[in-house]
Amino acid sequence: MMYNKVVMDHFRNPRNVGTLEDADGVGEVGNPLCGDMMTIYLKIKEDRIDDIKFQTFGCGSAIAVSSMLTEIAKGKRLAEAKKITNKDVAAALEGLPKNKLHCSNLGADALQLAIRDYEDRKAGITRPAPKRKDEHEHSHGDKCYCPYCDVEIDDGVTFCEACQHDLKEEH
Amino acid sequence: MTYVNLDHISSNPLLPEVKQAMIAAITHDYHNPSSQHKAGEEAAAALEQARAQVAGLLNADTPKEIVFTSGGTESVNHAIKGVAMANADKGKHIVTTNIEHNAVIRSLRRLKSDGFTVTSLSVDETGRVNPGEVAAAITPETILVSVMHGNNETGTIQPIEEIARIARDKKVLFHTDAVDSVGIVPLDVKNIGADLVSFAANTFYGPTGVGGLYIRRGVKIFPLLDGGVQEHNKRAGTENLVGIIGMGVAAEIAARDIVPRGAYLKGLKDKFLRELPQVLDEVIINTHPVHSLPHLVSASVKYVEGESVMLMLDDEGFGVSTRSACATGSLRASHVLLSIGLSHEDAQGTLVIAFGIDNTAEQVERFLNALKTVVTTLREISPLYKKSAAVR
Repeated sequence: MMYNKVVMDHFRNPRNVGTLEDADGVGEVGNPLCGDMMTIYLKIKEDRIDDIKFQTFGCGSAIAVSSMLTEIAKGKRLAEAKKITNKDVAAALEGLPKNKLHCSNLGADALQLAIRDYEDRKAGITRPAPKRKDEHEHSHGDKCYCPYCDVEIDDGVTFCEACQHDLKEEH
Repeated sequence: MTYVNLDHISSNPLLPEVKQAMIAAITHDYHNPSSQHKAGEEAAAALEQARAQVAGLLNADTPKEIVFTSGGTESVNHAIKGVAMANADKGKHIVTTNIEHNAVIRSLRRLKSDGFTVTSLSVDETGRVNPGEVAAAITPETILVSVMHGNNETGTIQPIEEIARIARDKKVLFHTDAVDSVGIVPLDVKNIGADLVSFAANTFYGPTGVGGLYIRRGVKIFPLLDGGVQEHNKRAGTENLVGIIGMGVAAEIAARDIVPRGAYLKGLKDKFLRELPQVLDEVIINTHPVHSLPHLVSASVKYVEGESVMLMLDDEGFGVSTRSACATGSLRASHVLLSIGLSHEDAQGTLVIAFGIDNTAEQVERFLNALKTVVTTLREISPLYKKSAAVR
């Protein structure tokens, strides 16, 4: 088994699955091209995350990440919730396989988008609905890493010379 | 409840007769078949008996046309690199398809860095190559055409006889990677007219780590492994005799049983395909309805991701494989599935279900129920399913 017990528990029994009809904030990340999409729904009361739900299309780790993220975020003040990172989620899951770290660990990004959506709505800002991205997207800073051996690689390369793995554009 | 293996494309259980023969071979403590003394001769006799059994399965002219290898991957590497090295003086162009196994793709990539050029042909939406395009791709520089027999991801079988005829007419060598076909569907090297055929023992209920390469007499090929004069100078290294003995027995039984075996497997597959629409909607079947391996189904379940399905089915007691990007380790959608025109999104939900002679109709029914439960659960989690439902 490639996943540890904590990951498998969250995959088998995901917490907070679903949508919130009257959500105060919604955030969506990922694209089906890479294999993972997550949507986070928030209900905010007195600057706290009163309720949180998720929907995810993705592999075992993507579902476990979403589930763990909702557990971490639930009940948190927005100021604290804004500090949650993808790394925190992976650490709470006691680790993810290396090749999954860069692709399916997007839960915190979805949360941050949902919080921004809530704040935008409160401030009366309307942004154009983010288009679903079908292109290469950096969710982890400016650098690209091989998903297998973690060496830094150039943007756009399709073959990792270090470990001889085929790559597409999702590193 | 016992675990049900529906992943016979990855490996198969050993036939009881194969197991017995291998245990007997271990117990017997065979010597080195290359040794000149009596103990060596006895080992050589066992080796040659297995060679004759394998030659029988393929209807080779003579057992000498069979070279034992460590499996399908080595066979393919040997065929492609060995022919390229031995025939480079005639030309450095090779024709293949977009749906080959990585053993073919990466062997060819290695050759490209050595100055070879490769034309890789696309397939139509049913996953088949147009033989006319093969003919058009052959140039005076072409030395080899390599086209897979039955595809390991979709099960689709290529028009091999026609392609082999075209290659022969143009005096170009023809190799087919038949690793997932030999022992499952009747494959007669003389009928096909292939010069080289790669195959593996575990496809037909023999051991892993053993395979073979059929090399038609007269084909110019270099060894992949240099060293001793084993395997008629075509593959150096002391043979894996225990494995080869197991392969020989498996080959003999495959030759005897291939028609009823194929019919039994096809019965399971047909039942699955017939009853699948009753338990699940929005599934794309990627396997050719007529020209396909009798035991394999590739199904893309929309709005879910294959690794999740596979993990949940595993919990339910069913082993299947998936070709989703997330699960293949390569994190990219399968080149085979994209080649037949699937979207990245749909390719993500692709399961490969491969039935075996140890499966029963009752298991197929239980599997369909488990699949329904698992997919329903995952679709409830999926944001794509809801969106799609709203569109409908």
